[in-house]
Amino acid sequence: FYLTPPQVNSILKANEYSFKVPEFDGKNVSSVLGFDSNQLPANAPIEDRRSAATCLQTRGMLLGVFDGHAGCACAQAVSERLFYYIAVSLLPHETLLEIENAVESGRALLPILQWHKHPNDYFSKEASKLYFNSLRTYWQELIDLNSGETTDVREALINAFKRLDNDISLEAQVGDPNSFLNYLVLRVAFSGATACVAHVDGVDLHIANTGDSRAMLGVQEEDGSWSAVNLSYDHNAQNEHEVERVKMEHPKSEEKTLVKQDRLLGLLMPFRAFGDVKFKWSIELQKRVIESGPDQLNENEYTKFIPPNYHTPPYLTAEPEVIHHKLRPQDKFLVLATDGLWETMHRQDVARIVGEYLTGVHHEQPIAVGGYKVTLGQMHGLLTERRARISSVFEDQNAATHLIRHAVGNNEFGTVDHERLSKMLSLPEELARMYRDDITIIVVQFNSHVIGAYH
Amino acid sequence: AARMFLRLLSDIQWRAANPKWRRMTSSRRSTSTTAEPHPVSLPAQAQVVICGGGITGTSVAYHLSKMGWKDIVLLEQGRLAAGTTRFCAGIVSTARPVSIELKMANYSNKLYEQLEQETGVPTGYTKTGSISLAQTQDRLISLKRIASSLSVMGIPCEIITPKQAVQLHPLINIHDLVGAMYVPEDALVTSANVSLALATAASRNGVQIHERTSVSHVTVQKGRVTGVETDRGRIQCQYFVNCAGQWAYELGHSGEEPVHIPLHACEHFYLLTHPLAEPLSSSLPTVVDPDGRIYIRNWQGGILSGGFEKNPKPLFTEGRNQLEIQNLQEDWDHYGPLLSALLRRMPGLEALQIMQLVNCPESFTPDMRCIMGESPTARGYFVLAGMNSAGVSYGGGAGKYLAEWMVNGYPSENVWPLDLKRFGTLQSSRTFLRHRVMEVMPLMCDLKVPRWDFQTGRQLRTSPLYDRLDAQGARWMEKHGFERVKYFVPPGKDLLDLDHSKTFYKPDWFDIVGAEVKCCKEAVCVIDMSSFTKFEISSTGDEALESLQYLFSNDLDVPVGHVVHTGMLNEKGGYENDCSIARLSKRSFFMISPTDQQVHCWAWLKNRLPDDSNLTLEDVTWKYTALNLIGPRAVDLLSELSYAPMTAEHFPSLFCKEMSVGYANGIRVMSITHTGEPGFVLYIPIEYALHVYNEVMNMGQKYGIRNAGYYALRSLRIEKFFAFWGQDLDAFTTPMECGREFQVKLEKGVEFVGQEALLEQKQNGVYKRFTMFILEDHDTDTDLWPWWGEPIFRNGRYVGKTTSSAYSYTLERHVCLGFVHNFDEKTGEELVVTTDFINQGEYEIDIAGQRFQAKAKLYPFSSLFTQRRRKDEVELSGYQRE
Repeated sequence: FYLTPPQVNSILKANEYSFKVPEFDGKNVSSVLGFDSNQLPANAPIEDRRSAATCLQTRGMLLGVFDGHAGCACAQAVSERLFYYIAVSLLPHETLLEIENAVESGRALLPILQWHKHPNDYFSKEASKLYFNSLRTYWQELIDLNSGETTDVREALINAFKRLDNDISLEAQVGDPNSFLNYLVLRVAFSGATACVAHVDGVDLHIANTGDSRAMLGVQEEDGSWSAVNLSYDHNAQNEHEVERVKMEHPKSEEKTLVKQDRLLGLLMPFRAFGDVKFKWSIELQKRVIESGPDQLNENEYTKFIPPNYHTPPYLTAEPEVIHHKLRPQDKFLVLATDGLWETMHRQDVARIVGEYLTGVHHEQPIAVGGYKVTLGQMHGLLTERRARISSVFEDQNAATHLIRHAVGNNEFGTVDHERLSKMLSLPEELARMYRDDITIIVVQFNSHVIGAYH
Repeated sequence: AARMFLRLLSDIQWRAANPKWRRMTSSRRSTSTTAEPHPVSLPAQAQVVICGGGITGTSVAYHLSKMGWKDIVLLEQGRLAAGTTRFCAGIVSTARPVSIELKMANYSNKLYEQLEQETGVPTGYTKTGSISLAQTQDRLISLKRIASSLSVMGIPCEIITPKQAVQLHPLINIHDLVGAMYVPEDALVTSANVSLALATAASRNGVQIHERTSVSHVTVQKGRVTGVETDRGRIQCQYFVNCAGQWAYELGHSGEEPVHIPLHACEHFYLLTHPLAEPLSSSLPTVVDPDGRIYIRNWQGGILSGGFEKNPKPLFTEGRNQLEIQNLQEDWDHYGPLLSALLRRMPGLEALQIMQLVNCPESFTPDMRCIMGESPTARGYFVLAGMNSAGVSYGGGAGKYLAEWMVNGYPSENVWPLDLKRFGTLQSSRTFLRHRVMEVMPLMCDLKVPRWDFQTGRQLRTSPLYDRLDAQGARWMEKHGFERVKYFVPPGKDLLDLDHSKTFYKPDWFDIVGAEVKCCKEAVCVIDMSSFTKFEISSTGDEALESLQYLFSNDLDVPVGHVVHTGMLNEKGGYENDCSIARLSKRSFFMISPTDQQVHCWAWLKNRLPDDSNLTLEDVTWKYTALNLIGPRAVDLLSELSYAPMTAEHFPSLFCKEMSVGYANGIRVMSITHTGEPGFVLYIPIEYALHVYNEVMNMGQKYGIRNAGYYALRSLRIEKFFAFWGQDLDAFTTPMECGREFQVKLEKGVEFVGQEALLEQKQNGVYKRFTMFILEDHDTDTDLWPWWGEPIFRNGRYVGKTTSSAYSYTLERHVCLGFVHNFDEKTGEELVVTTDFINQGEYEIDIAGQRFQAKAKLYPFSSLFTQRRRKDEVELSGYQRE
């Protein structure tokens, strides 16, 4: 049983999305040209989420990938809410006041974000009121706090991450009279999600990362070759600093049980995450909430299960690690992707494939022999090489799709093998997760001209 | 330096006597502009104006002037031989699968060979020969079929081993070859020079040639050409010849009354190289590697290699008239696969240095055959274009046939396969042409197997039952844009996909069609035959009858309700059309002709019917859906549906009556089936089609009814020895030659077209005879199947070719139909063919070089068929069309 190339393409392209920053007067003054994003599910339903939005009251663009675990509820909530928390954190005092006054007097609210969504990326209608109230509480506190200082992006990102996680936790403890919402906030809190978010404003690129998704910068060297620069650190057992941090936060007696089989408490892969109150709440709190919760929660073995050696919670935090990078003309693109990509591909290959794709699409010039001395053999070699490059490029109009094609279909020689691709994509639902993880990718392309002008 | 053409300076009037002309052709492009002669003004009138100074236009001028027409003007918008002709590869190849094309190429070859001597213009003619390579057995079979037809035409030709091929051309890599065909007399020419030589000869014969003169449009009055408008003034003329190549479509559409010339240009690439270290000999044969989609010829010590890629690039769809074809962009990435094929075939060329990749647009037609003939709407408007990249090979022969056509009224060979009138307006859509030529161009190299169907430009004309039939497993073919069912694939059964079903052996539909045939013989089948051309001719007085009596050979003064099979003959007694005509009333007739007669027959009748307002001719093809009920139970089924007795006593054979079927009234029922089997054709006004079909299928259940397709029909008609117009019958075949004297009423008391010729034949005998052959030692499962065009041998000597063939499920043998000639053993002169001559011979049919014994018959089997029929059953030996 094989999928034909068109069938393969329709699977790969089902979730692809592209956004081009609009031009004014034929000029794009933004440092971002646009982005391509896509996701390929392995779980059914997919547990990854993605978001992209332009900040309307401040400058800059937000992009993020979210990898859920133990269900998709937390990742979904974070994908809907986090950017509002970040945007609000970035807002100057006057704007916050203006917004609050508008809400108070029932006037139309200033739009905060312009979302760039694929039709499949949904927002839950039912929870919007609840989420809005939590957000409003946050900005009211920000207004009260009024530090008078200009907002630092790093601070804003950290505050937003922590605040949202805190709200998720609180909403679950308080509950909601509406039984659907009550169950929803509990599912959000008991499931988890990592987040890797980029904020781009001019040449200032901030990456806030919580968990094991990754941000990578594609850099074109002077000789035209491609290299990768990491803009995030994975929060998992492979990261010594993370292991150190966790150990520092807990008594020495727990040293042996904190990280087992490369997992936090022997259970969780990422060392930082949203939700996952099982790793954050005290045992008493967990038991109380579950008992008073709806039956579905009580019957769920996973939620009832208390991690072993659980002595000094919290073991988990949503606090991101923020890296700031000043964009340079040679920085051509940024890849944000969940671990489903990084498990299968080395970042150096990612840089090369995306780099060649982005330049190949735009710069493949026709060959002209002109007055040169070219033999048939030389021309043949040249054409064969071009064809090999073009054949895989031409199938995709989206860099993220192109990357997924390689991630899933690459053979040992690093080229896409249709047979392999077809096999991987035709795996039955229950088997797919054993061979691959959900993959979510955003490729942001930078505007070298604008960035060059800053320098 | 890559100029293999001669450039001429601006507009001089061409006279061979003009000393300037000689000087200028022998020099390369002259840099002197001061010597430019004054343009000669155009004549105010001429008998013939030819538009286009390429190989076709100059060839037409050459042949017309040779045949004695002198008052001819040839106009070229740019310079002579500067379009496709200038760029083309200059290969004259006779290895063509279509017989008329083969004849044209053979004539061209002979013409070009002596052209230099005749005109003094060097043409670069070199007899290099050509080698066509086969990478697969199927390819070799197709080469063998071509070799068979070349041999019987007297063109030397040999099937050779790969080893022999490498002896002829040392550069060929033979590792992947199974065999090859060698045609030693194929040649190379400098095509532009051939064109100039033809122009020179024409000019000597009085043809006036004007360059840099564009035709803007052709004026037509009362259906006749009256003149042309050019950018340099008007010329009045009686004849106009459109030889505008890829601009022919646009030129045809430029007038008030458009002439539809369906062709479309595609880019065509070939490579020129510098000479090899040891320059290639100019006598080295041309290599054609169809499986690699390429051809390779020697060129100035190096090579010229082009091909027909799988993904052609059509161009000028929007129409763009430019003076000369500018050298279009080279596209190496596009050429890449062809370069791979070239290096695979000749690995030794790797170090050879590239000179240029030439991009030369060629025009292609919807069916891969060129377009010639007279417009159906404008008399005197002739066309010769759409050469499908074989302009040099065909140019000479095609020009000759067209000139004969203009001078004599008809060409000396049957050119129906090339006739402009095989197309109508429906093939003239730009979208259709663009899509179709993208399929046609790769086909130049694709394996051509029997029963091949185009995939593009489909579902244009359909019966109202199309969806119903399709849902029941119909597989479709197309004729004149109309979708027709080949056969029905039973549920649960799957046929091979398109590529795998291509075979010269027993096809995968064999059993399916067998079952449909069996049902026709034993129960009843329904075939949708709506595609047939249907005309109604009526008048207020006797004008309709009088005209038809003159135009048709059979007696049409029959009682109302009778159906007559008759030929529509030309002056020589040949079939221009073969049809059934029902007399609906005293003054109106209903005429059914083959599908592809829609344009030709209309034009023929329009041109010959008197211009009388009392007489009306109407094309009602679209008004009726035709259902053919074939089989012994058709009688019972129709009686039950109509509450009318349908037995032979009440409804004799060849009878026509309007009656009700189900709820629908006014259904025209005719007791003919086009197969020799009992049954009826129902002509149903289209709004009733679905109702009647449903009624037929519901009521038919108990009689074992099933759907059937044209393949079943074909098998039935061929085993019954029914000839089919366009395949077996053509304008060069008379009723006398195919055993149809009974359809000619020489004594009907009215003079009719072709009568004299037939009378003469009746007295003197015929020179060919339509004969049926039953293959004796042919194994249907393991031997190659006959198709058409296979040579027939009598007592070991070639006597003719088959015209159609099919497997007869009743005889369990293959049946071939074809014409037997009697060539004098010494002189080759055609002698009279008598019944004895046919009966006293031992026959063999040559299928791709293998000969099978065949039994010849002049009359169909009747005893073998169990169905009892009336004594005066005329349909049995009657006719058939598809």
